Formats: sequence, C-alpha cells, structure tokens
Amino acid sequence: MAFGRSSSSRRQPPVEPVTLKILVAGGFGVGKTTLVGSVSEIRPLRTEEILSEAGRPVDDLHGVEAKSTTTVAMDFGRITLREDLVLYLFGTPGQDRFWFLWDELAQGALGAVVLADTRRLEDSFAAIDYFERRGIPFTVAVNCFEGARRYPPEAVRGALDLDPEVELVLCDARDRESVKNVLVAVVEHALVLAGPDRAPVPG
Amino acid sequence: MTEADQSREAPAARWFDDEAGPVVRPYAMTRGRTSAATRHRLDLIALVVPEPAADDPGRDQTLSPEHVEIVERCSEQPQSIAELAAGLDLPVGVVRVLVGDLVDDELVHVTRPVPPAELPDVSILREVINGLRAL
Repeated sequence: MAFGRSSSSRRQPPVEPVTLKILVAGGFGVGKTTLVGSVSEIRPLRTEEILSEAGRPVDDLHGVEAKSTTTVAMDFGRITLREDLVLYLFGTPGQDRFWFLWDELAQGALGAVVLADTRRLEDSFAAIDYFERRGIPFTVAVNCFEGARRYPPEAVRGALDLDPEVELVLCDARDRESVKNVLVAVVEHALVLAGPDRAPVPG
Repeated sequence: MTEADQSREAPAARWFDDEAGPVVRPYAMTRGRTSAATRHRLDLIALVVPEPAADDPGRDQTLSPEHVEIVERCSEQPQSIAELAAGLDLPVGVVRVLVGDLVDDELVHVTRPVPPAELPDVSILREVINGLRAL
C-alpha cells in the first residue's frame, strides 16, 4: 500500500505542542458555535460520544427501566498560539441536556466561558452552577444580540447571582476581536485563581 | 416534484431511516471493546504522534483501515483525539480504543495534557494570554 509520503518527511520529529482547552457553555442558540468559529483557525468540527445513561446520577426510579445511551455532541475549534502551544475551544450544543455528564471534558480545562443571552438568562444557570461547583475558572460573556434589550452589567450580575470575583463581559460572538477579549478574560481569571502570590499579566 | 412523488421514491432510495442509527454499529470497529488497554484514559486534546515504526502502517495486516487512517492523519501533523473523531466521523470512545491499539503496537504515542492538578501553570497561562492578544 502506498501512502505518498517521502521518507525524508520523517527526518524531523513532529513538534509536540502543549494542548489546552477552554469550554464554551450556555443555553441553546446562544451562539456558542458562532463564538468558537469566530476565533478558530478551522471550521468548527463536531465530535460525538456515546454515553451510557447508567452513569447518570439516579434521582428517580424511572431511569432504571429506561437504561439507554445518549449521544453527546461537542463542537470544537482550534487556535495555534505558537508552534508548541495549541488551544482548543469546546462548545456544548445546547439541545444536549446531558452535556454536563461529560465530566471528563471539564477535566484539565484551563477555564470556561458561559455565554448568556439576557432574554433567557435562566438558560445559563446550569453552566454557572456546574463550573462553580467544580472550581473551574469561568467568565460570563453576555452575547449582545441585535434587538435585544441592553441591561447594565451590574443588573445582569445580580440576576445571575455571580460571585464578586467572577468577571462579566459584554461581547459579540460573531466578532473575532470581541471573542479574543472574552478568552483573555477567562485566562486572566484563571491566572488570578492560580495563586494569591501571582499577579495578572500587566497591560 | 410533488409530495406524492417524493414519498414514493423515498423508500427505494433508503431502506433505512435515521432512527436505525449507523448501519455499522460504531463499536463493531473495536470488536466490541469499549475501553482501551492503555493505562491512561486518553483526553480529548491528547495528541497522537506517530512513531518511526508507523512509516508504512499498511504493512501491518492486523490493522483495520481505521487504524491505518488514524496513523496517516497524524503523520502530517499530530492530531488530537477530538480531531480524529471528527475527521473519521466516529464516536470519541471508538477512537480511544483504536488509538489504544496503536499505542500497544508502538506505532504511535500520545501526549498527555497537563493534568488538572498541575494547571494552571502561570508561565503557560501568560503565554496563552500573550498568544491570544497577538492573534
């Protein structure tokens, strides 16, 4: 079988970059995949995992006879920051009510963006609660939809009952610069949480 | 085309519908195995890097076409488990098992992402911030 690859291409071992991930969570239709696509160097890809619902916390007996599998889908993008540093963004499609079962996704995550729509703030409660409980640094980004009423950030903070140290930023998920700012805010927050003796990056 | 035409043609074009799921059950490709023999559960962002022995994966007759395709995809540039799953259109769990086979055969190795306990490494976080700003 021929693979059309010359032997010389193997002389240099490929660079093995450090890989990091940031999660993008929020309600259905809030713009998570749009946000990922705005900064990703690849068109957002979709990956799926088949989960057994047996792993689901059992809170009612109806789950027993309905033991089945559910498919959780994730849209993700990639940003090569340097040859040896690659950041992956994982968005959680909102129609999957069970995305939070995919705990391993959160494992080792640098941080998270909770994308919120002021018309449906309650859709972001589950994600905020999840990241708070797991101690994952997160930033709330309010996606400013055209035509949606603007609320002062303090009002949104209050409605979401955010802890004082959690940052809330306004953004446009379609705008690359805006999304870059959101991601910088997440990582800066992670940096602050990394230790009291560690100051955020100046500038 | 009228609606009646469509409904007459549809069954002939596809004798199964989406409810049937994939025609080949995903875990058939792993011979029913749902977890790999490797010690570590492969993270979604773990990168699969070919070993020199993987130069011609087609030579190994025990490998399935999916195994060979994984090696080929990684030869150009190391690919994450998530990217492989998306590219091969296979569930992540299936890709994990297949990559685990390749690790056992010493055809590839897998990078381990920074474990959560060691994150966040301040110098890496600073590099990420600088890298994002420079985009």
